[in-house]
Amino acid sequence: MSARVQLEGLHKTFGVDGHAAPALSDVSLEVHAGELLCLLGPSGCGKSTLLNIVAGFLPPTRGRVLVDGAPVTGPGPERGVVFQEYVLFPWLTVAQNVEFGPRLQGAPAERCRAIAARYLHMVGLSEHAAKFPVQLSGGMKQRVAIARALANSPSIVLMDEPFGALDAQTREVLQEELSRIQRVEHKTIIFVTHSIREAVYLADRVVVLNRAPGRIKEIFTIKLPEARDRFAPEFTRYESEITRLVKEEVARVHE
Amino acid sequence: MIRTLALPAALLGWATVTYGNRALEVMNPALLPTPGEVAAVTVALARDGSLARDVLVSSGRIVAGFGLAAVAALALGLAVALYAPARLAVEPLVEFLRPIPPLAFLPMFLVWFGLGETSKVAFIAYTTFFPMFVAVTASLLRVDVMLLRAAASLGATRRDLLRRVVLPAALPGIVVALRLGFGLAIFVIVGAEFMGADAGLGNLIMEGRVFFNPAQIVMGALLLGVLGSLVNGLLVALERRALGGRALR
Repeated sequence: MSARVQLEGLHKTFGVDGHAAPALSDVSLEVHAGELLCLLGPSGCGKSTLLNIVAGFLPPTRGRVLVDGAPVTGPGPERGVVFQEYVLFPWLTVAQNVEFGPRLQGAPAERCRAIAARYLHMVGLSEHAAKFPVQLSGGMKQRVAIARALANSPSIVLMDEPFGALDAQTREVLQEELSRIQRVEHKTIIFVTHSIREAVYLADRVVVLNRAPGRIKEIFTIKLPEARDRFAPEFTRYESEITRLVKEEVARVHE
Repeated sequence: MIRTLALPAALLGWATVTYGNRALEVMNPALLPTPGEVAAVTVALARDGSLARDVLVSSGRIVAGFGLAAVAALALGLAVALYAPARLAVEPLVEFLRPIPPLAFLPMFLVWFGLGETSKVAFIAYTTFFPMFVAVTASLLRVDVMLLRAAASLGATRRDLLRRVVLPAALPGIVVALRLGFGLAIFVIVGAEFMGADAGLGNLIMEGRVFFNPAQIVMGALLLGVLGSLVNGLLVALERRALGGRALR
């Protein structure tokens, strides 16, 4: 189950009239159902703001977001969110965290347990179901957060630099896991990152954002096989092409 | 090990000083009651039933006053944390009354509520309300907005957020508020009973002063210590439960 997301003329300005700082400027984009779309850009380009608007945490100053044609007015269970800082409920066990969504929907306890078991197995944490978040490493916490989001069967998953706080090795392992899970689940995923390698590894399309005010600079379609090889020449070609574009952008900011 | 030896060691220290003083007469032995003398007073008062009565009367006042204040602090704290207009209305008044030492009002409580139970209970409730209210409100307001976002994106309604996020997240802070309030309740019961009471541990201590019986004063103080640490132990256990997985840190 996946949904289409349309961003229509999104503007976002922070602060009050006199000192208004534009964060997004006229962003229009359609995310296809079942697509993994990466939002890429230097820090401060408004990519997290964009994600927070789609999640319903922030209202846009102008424009709107449509999910399968219905306008977004606030957070909702059809849009699961994975945060950079994991944001697990520290008073609940790993399994209880994953069950949180199904329980809210009023699913019977037996079914909640089954769902949690399934998704914990998917992220390889079955043995840690009874632990509490404080007992887990960063990579494990983020796996729990991903399982928690998926267990609620959202049609869209929004991921805000989910692997940004992890070490390089853990990061690559989790990228591989996400790519494997996505081949099974086919969710619509909007994935925010500032890592070009990560974007090329994961994305069907990469949207490069301009800095201040954030607007779309270019959209790359990554035509690579599903199980990607980070050392294939085509992979490197995409990487350097996008790198050149982003460098231009960073250089322009520092002028 | 250290934990289990701390109290016996203190008792030994007390015995050494007081019996030593009796032998050497560094100061008037009547002013430094020995453990034996305190034990003797305890037995005597326990025999005639007045000790049990004093403990029960004081405990009853503490529990009633503290209980009232805890309920009020929780209710008002929730109102203030969840409903901004309530906060605007309540906070200025609380912040004005809070710095006034409650003892300044004690005579008024006696005038208003008489020398009976009501004045004691009301005074304890008034005194313990403020720190509990402040701590409860702070722990409710300090709940991480990211936790609320995470829950909302999993489909939580406003009611779900309160029940499944705000309350569990604030619970450890609320238990600390209760511990603070209870400690203060024991602190002020003595003052309230000094000012005029016919029973209670404060009254027992006052009697010890009036009839010059230092052993009785020491016994009253020790009993308050026992009472306080028993309830604190209970609240600490509650706190550990409230912390759940967070206690493993």
